[in-house]
Amino acid sequence: MDTTETAAEAPGPAGVTARELTYAEALVEALEDLMKEDPDFLIIGSYVLGLGPLRVLFDRVRAAYPARVLDPPTAELAFCGFGIGAAMNGLHVMVDVGTASFVFQAFPQVVNEAANAIYMSGGRLALPVVFHLLHGLRAGGAAQHSHSPQAMLWNTPGLQIILPASPADVKGLLPSAVRSGSPTVFVDHSKLLPLRGAVPEHARPIPLGVADVKRRGRDVTVVATSFSVHQALVAAERLESEGIDVEVIDPRTIVPLDRRAILESVATTGRLVIVDETHRSCGVASEIAAIVGEEALDALRAPICRVTVPDVPVPFSPALESQLEPTPEKIAAAIRAQMTSRHSRRP
Amino acid sequence: MLPDLAPAELISLFRRMLLVRRWEERLIQLAAEGPSFGHYHVYIGQETIGVPALWALRSTDVVFPTHRNHGYLLGRGADPGRLLAEVLGKATGLNGGKGGTLHASAPELGIPHTSAIVGGVIPIAAGAALAARIKGRDQVSVAVFGDGAMEEGAAFETFNTAALWRVPVIFLCENNTRDALGAAAGGYPASIIAAADLCDIARSVGLPTAAVDGTDAGAVFAAMRQGAVRARGGDGPTFVEAVVSRWPGSSPLWPELPAGRTELRYAWAPQEAPERLALWYAERDGLLRYVRELLDASLATREELARIDSEVRAAVEQAVRFATDSAYPPADAAYDNVFASS
Ligand SMILES: Cc1ncc(C[n+]2csc(CCOP(=O)(O)OP(=O)(O)O)c2C)c(N)n1
Ligand SMILES: [Mg+2]
Repeated sequence: MDTTETAAEAPGPAGVTARELTYAEALVEALEDLMKEDPDFLIIGSYVLGLGPLRVLFDRVRAAYPARVLDPPTAELAFCGFGIGAAMNGLHVMVDVGTASFVFQAFPQVVNEAANAIYMSGGRLALPVVFHLLHGLRAGGAAQHSHSPQAMLWNTPGLQIILPASPADVKGLLPSAVRSGSPTVFVDHSKLLPLRGAVPEHARPIPLGVADVKRRGRDVTVVATSFSVHQALVAAERLESEGIDVEVIDPRTIVPLDRRAILESVATTGRLVIVDETHRSCGVASEIAAIVGEEALDALRAPICRVTVPDVPVPFSPALESQLEPTPEKIAAAIRAQMTSRHSRRP
Repeated sequence: MLPDLAPAELISLFRRMLLVRRWEERLIQLAAEGPSFGHYHVYIGQETIGVPALWALRSTDVVFPTHRNHGYLLGRGADPGRLLAEVLGKATGLNGGKGGTLHASAPELGIPHTSAIVGGVIPIAAGAALAARIKGRDQVSVAVFGDGAMEEGAAFETFNTAALWRVPVIFLCENNTRDALGAAAGGYPASIIAAADLCDIARSVGLPTAAVDGTDAGAVFAAMRQGAVRARGGDGPTFVEAVVSRWPGSSPLWPELPAGRTELRYAWAPQEAPERLALWYAERDGLLRYVRELLDASLATREELARIDSEVRAAVEQAVRFATDSAYPPADAAYDNVFASS
């Protein structure tokens, strides 16, 4: 998929020239900047860009900073713990876990050590460690390599969770995550890596907890995360010709979550579709739906609708995997249903 | 050396190892032609580990392989067409397309589960051995894993627990890191382990160990036999390390067929092998070594082996037709099999 139509013409702030980069290039630039600016920045991990052809882009970071890019053994529990320990003792660390599913090997360290450490210290500790994950349906990943563990991790107080969806966002969010001083799970979608978009030459870091309106619209609010943002934008584009004006909100970080942006949008549209790739039960969409249900029920003119991955492990067969995906078709159908819902009422 | 088996068995073993080689050579071609079926791994260059290891077991024993599992499925007699259909995600696949190359399994053949998580099956195989002991079955369980799995904590935790509980398990570690490129060089990962000898890790908790040349079918067979005898005799686990060189086609992150199909004649006419793989075929390919051993022992003629080869190739072509002609599963199948069928 191509996002050029949404990002290419994006005017940067005055005096800032924007270039077209792939998401992968933007991520590598962010890592290079961190390496350059921060002598205490350390990367542990070998597969920041996964196994696809773009993986070689990372080689220049490895080549330029051999002492600060460590290739660990296949020992996720240990090397995530190394990252935590190093961050407790003066370094700023990004631990690349690789495929997001491998974070389960490291749950004791990520969930039960990193997430608790600052709190247990009574706030005396800072813990600048970022766990980098590649999540999602990636075509052929099958049950053990397709997880989107951000919902499970969201159920762990003490972890910040970042879900960028564009080259500019990944570049702006990564430094904020590293400098935040709190343990952060930074989740990229494998399918985002080749997508292109405008990235300002000297971009400022993007603060955590600030949603981005990826498309303005008046009829329906779609809250989407990660790769689902692009699926939602395609659906919105298609619905334009049907006279449905869709707003697409990308929270960009779910911890912290920009509740206000979501609630304000729902207040104007009165309709909410939530799209993301975690499973349906206790997923990212569930929590967002609960927040809106609790805080903005009055504004709703139709029941909230979730477009998610059903509660089944991810099957290998391409014919089955594609069945589970939150596609533009499913999103468009959900949006149309919002417009015609028998509950749909005018205020 | 050849395994300690009757001549007819030695030929069957050859046929099975050759099936793995031919099936996977075709698989690499299919992957190149597309459509892609995702990341996958081939067993080429390791046939003389898995197939003789299976021959050293009984059909009632259970085996738990990894992401590099095709040799075990075919070795145990899985239908080549149904395995290929699985890898292509077809409804006729061994697992209805749910598992794919990473998770192909065949409970009815004593392969209850395959894990693509490095180290994933090590404790599971030991648990199966625990059940065998508690139920008083004369059964052995085998955990198959790569040298990379020795980097995971699950390996050590399991060795220790299995040693304490003396369960009838064989830990079969397939060490294919020699001559590998490794992740840091942009290739497929090779293990990075501080211990110079992997057996030392198992020995530290008192496990008996055997390190064998993985191109030596007879040595693998003997070590596995010994492990099985020990397990059946109530003497607990054994650690077997089988060492091979990385097949050059498995050096890059995605498998390649660097110099076309293997020709059996490279076994006796090494000068005819493509230059790039000359050394590998001459010294490192267990399958061709086995061919030479069969010929040297006068257990088969070149013509007989060539005939087996054409039969195997015909079977593989039939498998390819079956798998490519098969339909994808219906969309609703995605929702089946989450829980045990009642
Ligand atoms: C827990 C986990 N971490 C990382 C990976 C990614 N990965 C897949 S195969 C592989 C290398 C495995 O090496 P080894 O166990 O020696 O098996 P080989 O492929 O060499 O046969 C790695 C690191 C994984 N599948 N599981
Ligand atoms: Mg290995």
